[in-house]
Amino acid sequence: MLINHPLLGPRDAQEFTYLGDAALIQRPDWQADDAADQFHEYLYLRDNPAGLHRELWFHEAGDRSWLVVTRNTVTHEITDVQLARDVARNEGRST
Amino acid sequence: MRFSGFRVIKEALSGHKGWTPHWRDPEPKSHYDFVIIGGGGHGLATAYYLAKEFGASKIAVLEKGWIGGGNVGRNTTIIRSNYLLDGNEPFYEFSLKLWENLEQDFNYNAMVSQRGILNLVHTDAQRDAARRRGNAMILNGSDAELLDQDGVRKLYPFLNFDNARFPIKGGLLHRRGGTVRHDAVAWGYARGADIRGVDIIQNCEVTGFRTENGKCLGVETNRGFIGAGKVGVSVAGSSGRVMEKAGVRLPIESHVLQAFVSEGLKPVLPGVITYGAGHFYCSQSDKGGLVFGGDIDGYNSYAQRGNLPVVEDVVEGGVSLIPALGRVRLLRGWGGIMDMSMDGSPIIDKTDIDGLYFNGGWCYGGFKATPAAGWCFAHLLKTDQPHETATAYRFDRFRRGYMIDEKGQGAQPNLH
Repeated sequence: MLINHPLLGPRDAQEFTYLGDAALIQRPDWQADDAADQFHEYLYLRDNPAGLHRELWFHEAGDRSWLVVTRNTVTHEITDVQLARDVARNEGRST
Repeated sequence: MRFSGFRVIKEALSGHKGWTPHWRDPEPKSHYDFVIIGGGGHGLATAYYLAKEFGASKIAVLEKGWIGGGNVGRNTTIIRSNYLLDGNEPFYEFSLKLWENLEQDFNYNAMVSQRGILNLVHTDAQRDAARRRGNAMILNGSDAELLDQDGVRKLYPFLNFDNARFPIKGGLLHRRGGTVRHDAVAWGYARGADIRGVDIIQNCEVTGFRTENGKCLGVETNRGFIGAGKVGVSVAGSSGRVMEKAGVRLPIESHVLQAFVSEGLKPVLPGVITYGAGHFYCSQSDKGGLVFGGDIDGYNSYAQRGNLPVVEDVVEGGVSLIPALGRVRLLRGWGGIMDMSMDGSPIIDKTDIDGLYFNGGWCYGGFKATPAAGWCFAHLLKTDQPHETATAYRFDRFRRGYMIDEKGQGAQPNLH
């Protein structure tokens, strides 16, 4: 697979390591009343779709940036790649 | 019809005209007491033990395609009971004991071959870990034997013992482990279940679940609604897709695992060996092909095919362990979809929906578990209580902090 890095252009997927569903960007509030439930879902439960999947890849053997890659889990086709930093800011994360 | 040596001779003398189909092809009825979704090894074993050991009747197995066409038909056929942790080892030992008597039990030749599994060690630390694992196995009624380098040399003289980086220091030998003819496992269970009245319904895809007031009433299929007292989902590899229809999120990601078969060779590899310095395991099939595999590709996938970097990684591991492999040609390779769970261990449990039960999350160890998984799932379906060897395989172990993490990797499915 080739991942079209927003800064570096197409790179071999071997340069990256895979973390998982991009929903991991949205870490729950540890002070919420139901924090234990929220963290159980956050840590252990997954949507695991057959089809489009937004996921976190880390450019370990490159510029060490985190990317959000939209990839089809049935065909492995990659349709969108963004810097995870930008995605997190757009979703309202401050850091 | 019972299979026996006399029967084979009789049929040989009469032109093989007396053989009959091994199972019926029934139309689905409108209601069953037990509906098992998934006609793979686990689903068929569940139906078989439900009928045979737990006295249940009115059982159906629904299969989207043909039985045995999923992961039970595409694996590296290894059976073993060499786990470390308390939640696992009693279960896998129970499974291996069932394997040892399986062919007599279901009167089918599954070619169970206890040819031994050798886990190689390359460092002092690995030897310590192997000794600890071996002791845990023995404590749970399994067998283990720690070999030094000479002991390994006697069994496998052609390995790369004096590699500068990863010399072979010894290995943990599990003599009762081995291989099984994987397709025959599905067929044997199917035939045994069918004889006991189980309806095996192929080309029947579950499209949804009918639930009312938190109770599962049955399943919608492409062949109409089928009512059920209890529904058991046993579709590892497709667990995400099926349970999504019931609105259940799982502690599971689907990943692709590749495996390979070489051209046929004369007998070279008497047992199963696993490399301790890379991820590579290998055995030789009775047809002569070397059957081997390694790591999963590492990203979510339902594609049933993998990518080349992992092929390279597996073959590198193989050639560094067995240099002679460099002259062997690959015949074929394939990718299968694994339920990779959050701690690398499976789930056999009720769901939050009354009457809906789940068996999955087998990572890439589901084949060896087939008899015990079927037995324990049948136990749960019939009695609503987990079998004594499967009490740790609960959904809530993640919430309670009782993970069964053999590799100690944490909640990262692609590392298990």
